[in-house]
Amino acid sequence: MTMDQNTGSAQAFRYSTRIGIYRYRLLAFALLLVVLAGVALLAGRYPSAGVANPLHLLEDALLAKVVLNVRLPRILLAITGGASLAAAGFVFQMLFANPLVEPGFLGVSQGAAFGAAAAITLFGFSALAVQVSASLFGLLALATSYWLAKRFRFGGWILRLVLSGIAVGAMFSAGLSIIKLVADPTTSLQDITFWMMGGLWNSTWKTAWSVMPVMWTALAVLFAIRWRINLLSLDERTAHAIGISVSREKSLVLFVATIATTAIISVAGLIGWVGLIIPHLARRLFGADARFALPGSMLLGALFLLACDTVGRTLLSSEIPLGVLTSLIGAVLFIIILTRPQTEAKL
Amino acid sequence: MKCAYRLEQVTYTYPLRENPAVSGLDLCIPEGKTTVLLGPNGAGKSTLMDLLLRWRKPDHGSIHLFDAPLATYSKRSLGRTVSLVPQEEGARFSFTVLEYVLFGRSPYLHELASPTHADVEIAHTSIAQVGIEEIAHRPITTLSGGEHQLVLLARALAQQPRVLLLDEPTSSLDPGNTAKVIRILRQLSEQGITLFFTTHDPTVAADCAHHVAMISHSELLFSGPVEEALTPPLLSKLYGTPMETFRHGNRLMVARVH
Repeated sequence: MTMDQNTGSAQAFRYSTRIGIYRYRLLAFALLLVVLAGVALLAGRYPSAGVANPLHLLEDALLAKVVLNVRLPRILLAITGGASLAAAGFVFQMLFANPLVEPGFLGVSQGAAFGAAAAITLFGFSALAVQVSASLFGLLALATSYWLAKRFRFGGWILRLVLSGIAVGAMFSAGLSIIKLVADPTTSLQDITFWMMGGLWNSTWKTAWSVMPVMWTALAVLFAIRWRINLLSLDERTAHAIGISVSREKSLVLFVATIATTAIISVAGLIGWVGLIIPHLARRLFGADARFALPGSMLLGALFLLACDTVGRTLLSSEIPLGVLTSLIGAVLFIIILTRPQTEAKL
Repeated sequence: MKCAYRLEQVTYTYPLRENPAVSGLDLCIPEGKTTVLLGPNGAGKSTLMDLLLRWRKPDHGSIHLFDAPLATYSKRSLGRTVSLVPQEEGARFSFTVLEYVLFGRSPYLHELASPTHADVEIAHTSIAQVGIEEIAHRPITTLSGGEHQLVLLARALAQQPRVLLLDEPTSSLDPGNTAKVIRILRQLSEQGITLFFTTHDPTVAADCAHHVAMISHSELLFSGPVEEALTPPLLSKLYGTPMETFRHGNRLMVARVH
């Protein structure tokens, strides 16, 4: 018995050590994010290409203006948006018990893209119209997928959701093509195309404040229930037997993740691959338990998007669209991860 | 005899099907005993299990759990009273065994809470009860079938249930692991937990059950003590093929005649 107790406490010790390591890693990445944000604030093409001396902020009023009114909202949006996309991707992967999904899966991204393009064509490039319309159509896509899945008479719940998501996504993609066909090629079509590439180039405090509270709320909710999100990755009958209201809790979590996704899509366009690739990296660094992997995912997503955005706006004299950069880097990372032997999960 | 579960005239028909999967079932699952559910494929065993879990609700009839209607239990209190060891479970993420067993603590935790030190201790006790301490920190994606089954059992024990339901706990195991699981089930029964499980191997029932329920064509064929249940006429009728029983020392064995 004493031996058992000894092994027991040794095991418990090992567990708390691992938790301690994850906590330090989270802290380290949080610090890294703060440092990178500081550098990003000073990096740019004013007063000259490169990183400005922080002491000049006091002397150069224009520099202070550029930093506070142009770069700061953009950096906050990149951080919040990156965290939201990565958190939403993580949550979708957990809920569908599939490491290869992201919000594009239920037609959410396609719906949001359709909504934004429709708003651009009808109202011109009005930030508010694009946001509202993208969010509404993203949610509509989720609701339609959900509603269709309930009515499908084939396969289990997850498979039905996936199938209906494919159908709904295809419909919105087709709708988007039609909008592009009829859009005015000299104005709307250009706006739509550039918006589809994704970017934070038109960030102001106004756009930042219009979507950041939504994303903060969503991130806070997901963070608060992070341990419980683990349970939603279980087989539904098992989760039920453990005492979970499976459909209710899954719907809530999906809703919150979708809202966060459409919020960033509505101001920044389609930013691909963050939601797919960052959760994979997070699980490698923080283990599978969402207690650490979800906050890890948020931090890594924030770091990734901030780094991409900063490189995109400073590297060349003309801006590289953010979506192009994240897709390029994301796809390369994806190939590396899937060709490495210790693949995270059995597919 | 006090019943953990008491079923009265329970009938369930799947949507869009004509014939009921379970029909007019009266059954008492005795408290503190081990009851085995026998029946051929498609007899309604899984449906009955789903009804006991409240994963499905009966169309007619009533189910009582410890004298209270099953429907009146909250999710949380049901999770603290009854737990399930599923037959198999796809492991898609590389949770460690300990993290996975800790999931069984959720009926005791607030929605916003994470497991505490006390929960970790209880999870370790469950892991020790099934004897898998040495793999407590291994990712579940790397386990063998036998180890995986024991992890599922440990997780169900972490719920500290009064009733443990098991879906064919030995069907995918080799003889060594089968013996191990039977040994653990006997120990759990000695601790006063009510066990109820399905199996296609009547010898397993003979090894650890006090009580046997048999269902055939959606209806109850027999319910009673194990020594009355495991007789050639009943077993032959149940499976629709000649069966015989014989003794090896103290053990009762069941086999097909041909």
